[in-house]
Amino acid sequence: MSTYAQKKGFGATVWDYLTTVDHKKIAILYLIAGGLFFVVGGLEAMFIRIQLAVPDNDFISAGLYNEILTMHGTTMIFLAAMPLVFAFMNAVLPLQIGARDVAFPFVNALGFWLFFFGGVFLNLSWFLGGAPDAGWTSYASLSLHSEGHNVDFYVLGLQISGIGTLIGGINFLATIINMRAPGMTYMRMPLFTWSSFVVSALILFAFPPLTVGLVLMMFDRMFGSNFFDATAGGNTIIWEHLFWIFGHPEVYILILPAFGIFSEIFATFSRKRLFGYSSMVFATVLIGFLGFMVWAHHMFTVGMGPIANAIFAVATMAIAVPTGIKIFNWMFTMWGGSIKFTTPMLYATAFIPSFVAGGVTGIMLAAAPADYQYHDSYFVVAHFHYVIVGGVVFGLLAGTHFYWPKMFGTMLNEKLGKISFWLFLIGFHLTFFIQHFLGLMGMPRRIFTYLPGQGFETGNLISTVGAFFMAVAVLILLINIIMTSIKNERVGNDPWEDGRTLEWAIPSPPPFYNFKQLPLVRGLDAYWVEKMEGKNGMTPAEPLGDIHMPNSSILPLVMSFGLFVAAFGAMYHVDDKSWAIPVLVIGLLITFGAMFIRSVKDDHGFHIHKEDLLDDDDKGAKA
Amino acid sequence: MRKRLQKWRIASLFAILALLLAGCGEPFVSALQPAGEVAKRQYDLMILSTSIMVLVIIAVVVIFLIVIFRFRRKEGDKSIPKQIEGNHKLEIIWTVIPILLLLILAVPTVTATFDFADTKAMEKKDKDGKTKDALVVNVRANLYWWEFEYPDLGIVTSQDLVVPTDEKVYFNLTASDVKHSFWIPAAGGKMDTNVEGENQFWLEFDSKKAENVKDVFYGKCAELCGPSHALMDFKVKTKSRAEFDQWAADMKKVKKPVAEGDLAKQGEAVFNKSCIGCHAVTPNDSRPEQARQAPNLATFGERERIAGVLEHDEENLKNWIKDPEQFKPGNTMTGTYKVTDEQVDALAAYLMGLKVEEK
Repeated sequence: MSTYAQKKGFGATVWDYLTTVDHKKIAILYLIAGGLFFVVGGLEAMFIRIQLAVPDNDFISAGLYNEILTMHGTTMIFLAAMPLVFAFMNAVLPLQIGARDVAFPFVNALGFWLFFFGGVFLNLSWFLGGAPDAGWTSYASLSLHSEGHNVDFYVLGLQISGIGTLIGGINFLATIINMRAPGMTYMRMPLFTWSSFVVSALILFAFPPLTVGLVLMMFDRMFGSNFFDATAGGNTIIWEHLFWIFGHPEVYILILPAFGIFSEIFATFSRKRLFGYSSMVFATVLIGFLGFMVWAHHMFTVGMGPIANAIFAVATMAIAVPTGIKIFNWMFTMWGGSIKFTTPMLYATAFIPSFVAGGVTGIMLAAAPADYQYHDSYFVVAHFHYVIVGGVVFGLLAGTHFYWPKMFGTMLNEKLGKISFWLFLIGFHLTFFIQHFLGLMGMPRRIFTYLPGQGFETGNLISTVGAFFMAVAVLILLINIIMTSIKNERVGNDPWEDGRTLEWAIPSPPPFYNFKQLPLVRGLDAYWVEKMEGKNGMTPAEPLGDIHMPNSSILPLVMSFGLFVAAFGAMYHVDDKSWAIPVLVIGLLITFGAMFIRSVKDDHGFHIHKEDLLDDDDKGAKA
Repeated sequence: MRKRLQKWRIASLFAILALLLAGCGEPFVSALQPAGEVAKRQYDLMILSTSIMVLVIIAVVVIFLIVIFRFRRKEGDKSIPKQIEGNHKLEIIWTVIPILLLLILAVPTVTATFDFADTKAMEKKDKDGKTKDALVVNVRANLYWWEFEYPDLGIVTSQDLVVPTDEKVYFNLTASDVKHSFWIPAAGGKMDTNVEGENQFWLEFDSKKAENVKDVFYGKCAELCGPSHALMDFKVKTKSRAEFDQWAADMKKVKKPVAEGDLAKQGEAVFNKSCIGCHAVTPNDSRPEQARQAPNLATFGERERIAGVLEHDEENLKNWIKDPEQFKPGNTMTGTYKVTDEQVDALAAYLMGLKVEEK
């Protein structure tokens, strides 16, 4: 498709992306937007580390610090990690199952634009009176106590982007269930597809509790209800339960796709099929299931009583078993293999010890009585950064290098990739390892400063130094991306040479219809099976025929924009601004108007004719 | 590649070295230097879980190192390794062993969970409704200050918690504005002070460990509660049972503080005009909780810190009264009174003279 895009002017390309319903372009949109928010969240992290480098620092003030720490967490989870995960799911998943697109391309675009406008809304808070300041968990008593519109941005922004995530999840579920190529049975699906499948199911069940919590809080803050106001008979603990019933599965929503990416990378660069494929699938499903059973381990100190604490402690420990299975399976995938240490493979191998370190502290945290010490201390900060950075971010960086050629048709520079990998790895451990000890030495989390003489100085300074290593690593990655894009050396179907799954059987980037003829899948690692029999590509499962494609549409963007406008109305309505209600109404009219148009206007899409596909042959070969 | 690995090793070595330099934290605030039964058992549980986890880590690291060094691809090697589907025996091993390890950890976890929640002693009351043989402290957390009420002794104090050593001290925990969390790292893990309901738990303070830290432990708020969350510290003063009884008796005796000297007398007048609406100066404050809007100042002259964080001297006290916002942003005292510089001097003299213990 890029061959088409290159012929267009700049304006036309922008319009193309604003209206696209093509999963590959939506993937690029997710990658750009998520990457942008990742940099923003990273800058916030740097401010935090600079402030804490020395005791009694006044680099940033107390209130501003709380805004930064809240936005760092919220941005990284909802606006960086989630969309980046979605970027790879969009880019790779339909290709891996041999589909021409996702089940609902229009909804896919809508999901992106909702996320995007929600994220923009949330970040506009910086310029409109102050960002949310009650932590990414936004516990009810503090968030209701917080004055101004700060927390309103959180409540409304996350609702909008949350809808986007939810419909994205539903879309992937439908896609995987219905659109697998002939022969692609469930137990032949690549592990990234499997984990995306489980993750989509988790999204389906985990996001509604968050939405419910946010709606209740919205009513409390903006429309005078008292769900969480203890003085009026409300209960703040309900918020904590709702948040963590979402929040705990959420971390699995982030980590499972990373597991999927690693599974692909380990197999590819060891030239070996995944060890214990079926137990890997089983472990993934089990992790997803158990993920819903353990939310209250975030609340051991809330005072739930010893029975609840004991049950949730033991349930949490159980998760270590399927996770352990995965770790050993990955190592035995490499065992006996022929390992090539490319940049993605470096991230994947470094992930194993890093994630194991985060996993074992997870077990330590599961021991409820000991957690009374760890809870809300820097030990927890260290733990979740070990799993989220050591797991999710390593996975996303590995995926970025691994799938870059498939998404953009050109390879990221390996040398720069490796330099940034080593800097990132060193910086990561330097920053977070010491934080375990800071927590045990009595340093609570979310503090904007600490007094000298409590033994926190050295650890914090080391941690800050580590953060700079990571910042430089990300900078080098950005330089790498820019240089690669300028050089733009085109690559073929299988640039890593050891590709195993369907996506490597088609050009990089794939034509906009993906597969000219749907492939016939004859086993796990479909493309590898064909390669081992000496074939060049997949055996087609159907004769060459017309391909039905969806039309582009600006409506997803318009619908999302309407909600974005309406959110401002809802928020300023509290201040008795006369324009607030009209703005709310106009925003909703835009959204519902766009939905109405979508409903009544028939859009049958278009067909690519057989003859055009035959013409395309030459281009495909060139690309 | 190998060179880079060495570099990485040096970095980690450096990290470990730095750790040693930092030690295990300061004994008055570190969970790694337990000073009481709860903290000790929690520490033991940490050590147990860490040892089990180190076993796991060693197993993983050994396999990991063998794999990444032995199975590295040679330049130009085009061979295809054997495609292995799996191995049931191995897979069963790494499913069963972790389950066993977790069971070993689960047993003490569950036992300790129930032991730490055992506050039955709080419920045994005598005919006056007083707790029979346990010391109970009601902890009330407020935006950036702590109140400690001894309901059976009729004493209210703030910021400095006074407890006897070598016996269980029981706590009722609640918050009056937003959620906070009550944490004395050296004595034991934390418990949240919620805005609804009361949480109960107990701690114990070891007299020998208390000696090491000159009878003062640090307490912290562990739950984000607003801009000055980081500054919501309190101190724990430990005393032997006999000293504690003496202290309690002294506290109960106090009727009305006597200001000594002209300046202090002027200060008392200012105080009674501008401050007394919120701050009480006698430990037997019988007003209801809602009326106790600010820290009780009966023992102010004996406090460890001004406002929980500043060194305890008159200069800091004056600065604090002049502009509390500068030291604790978002506190509820800022802007509720107006005093001139001379009045501040008088107030400081008065407040520094508020003492209970006869020394």
